[in-house]
Amino acid sequence: MNQRIRFTLNGRSVTREVATHRLLLDLLRDEIGVTGTKEGCGTGDCGACTVFLNGKPVNSCLVLSGELDGAEIVTIEGLKIGPELHPIQKTFLQDGGAQCGYCTPGMLMMSKALLDENPNPSEEEIRFALAGNLCRCTGYAKIVQAVQDAAAIMRSKTVP
Amino acid sequence: MTQHSALIMKRTEPFDFYQPASLQEASRLLRENGPGGRFLAGGTDLVIAMKEKGLVPKYIVDLKRIAGLSGIREQGDGSITIGALTSMREIETSPLITKKYPFLSQSAAEVGSIQIRNRATVGGNMANATPSADVAPALIALDATAKIVGANGARTVPLEEFFRGPGQTVMSTDEILTELTISKTGPQLVGEYIKFSPREMMDLAYVGVAVAYNLGASDKKCESVRIVLGAVAPTPLRARRAEAALEGQVLTEVLAEKVAQIAAEEAKPISDVRSSADYRRAMVRAMTKRALLNAAVGPAQSWVERRERRY
Repeated sequence: MNQRIRFTLNGRSVTREVATHRLLLDLLRDEIGVTGTKEGCGTGDCGACTVFLNGKPVNSCLVLSGELDGAEIVTIEGLKIGPELHPIQKTFLQDGGAQCGYCTPGMLMMSKALLDENPNPSEEEIRFALAGNLCRCTGYAKIVQAVQDAAAIMRSKTVP
Repeated sequence: MTQHSALIMKRTEPFDFYQPASLQEASRLLRENGPGGRFLAGGTDLVIAMKEKGLVPKYIVDLKRIAGLSGIREQGDGSITIGALTSMREIETSPLITKKYPFLSQSAAEVGSIQIRNRATVGGNMANATPSADVAPALIALDATAKIVGANGARTVPLEEFFRGPGQTVMSTDEILTELTISKTGPQLVGEYIKFSPREMMDLAYVGVAVAYNLGASDKKCESVRIVLGAVAPTPLRARRAEAALEGQVLTEVLAEKVAQIAAEEAKPISDVRSSADYRRAMVRAMTKRALLNAAVGPAQSWVERRERRY
């Protein structure tokens, strides 16, 4: 069953005909061609497909397109601030927070969600927030470091 | 199936999709379209069942466009209502719930990841009736009631009587769980939820234990004791004999041990991929004792503390 829906993607209004059973993840990657969001497990365990839906991080592999009329979606492509990388992206680069890089888009989105709520998280709070993001290279120490460094940068200046 | 196609991730099959604006319309859609339809709330169970277990609904009725089904509200009589579409994350972080019923917040925080908890709803979790659901024992320990709306009007049932078996509830297919209500409680109420699983997060409970009781301010006696077990029976289970053993008594470590032993005897665990029945029973005993003692001490302040004091 198809439905005409309208939503915003990274600040831009999109109107399209979608198959209601299509997953948000596939809508993004295969139809719109925004491929930064990754598919890991497909069942909400790994967090690689994390996007913001109406301001909250969710697994896009478990969202049906039929639910999206009027939604506001932000993907990893929307994390940049103008031409500049977001501080979280910068510190992941600096600290080696990415190894193979497959989990990175999800890690970055979830880190942003955490820092929006808690500008000065402890290591335990970071690990709690990132529990649903699996890094199979197991590079967690540097990921935690990158989030802490990004938090310090963001606390020292105003970031939208 | 070729080896290649086995590697391709599962996808959902097409279905008709409805987004009614009212409960009446939602209920009517189920009646008129007949068998094979499913209600959709957060989708964290339904979509996974469609991808992993080959569930192919003929049609889906999304409940999220119906106004008034989400949110946590304190009523004039001191009761608290939780709309069925309230997310687990809202229950985890709600100032009202974290203050009044910290162990209910705790139980919600044990579910999946933040991403999952932003989508998963308390109503969906109850309607799905998984025996290991974390929030169910905590809500039953609070004597929560469930409001159910269908073609023949609304009815209210104690949540304790809502579950009939794995995936089975007292609701008929066109009925919708709309609200959970916790009646007013006194300031002496204490409680604790312990989820026991080898992994700290992203795991299902091997055993869940919720306890709640009124702790006498001066005499330290335990009244209105509730001990509710998850994942050790086809439905969440009140350990009534264990409750009775603590009722009106002053909690000591020795008594906690004795009460926990009775709870373990009341559990009806099965052996499965996660755990043997014997192990589950042993863990009911250990976790019930700790839950009873922890409740008297007060709520944990962080998940690290929550983890530490399980052991």
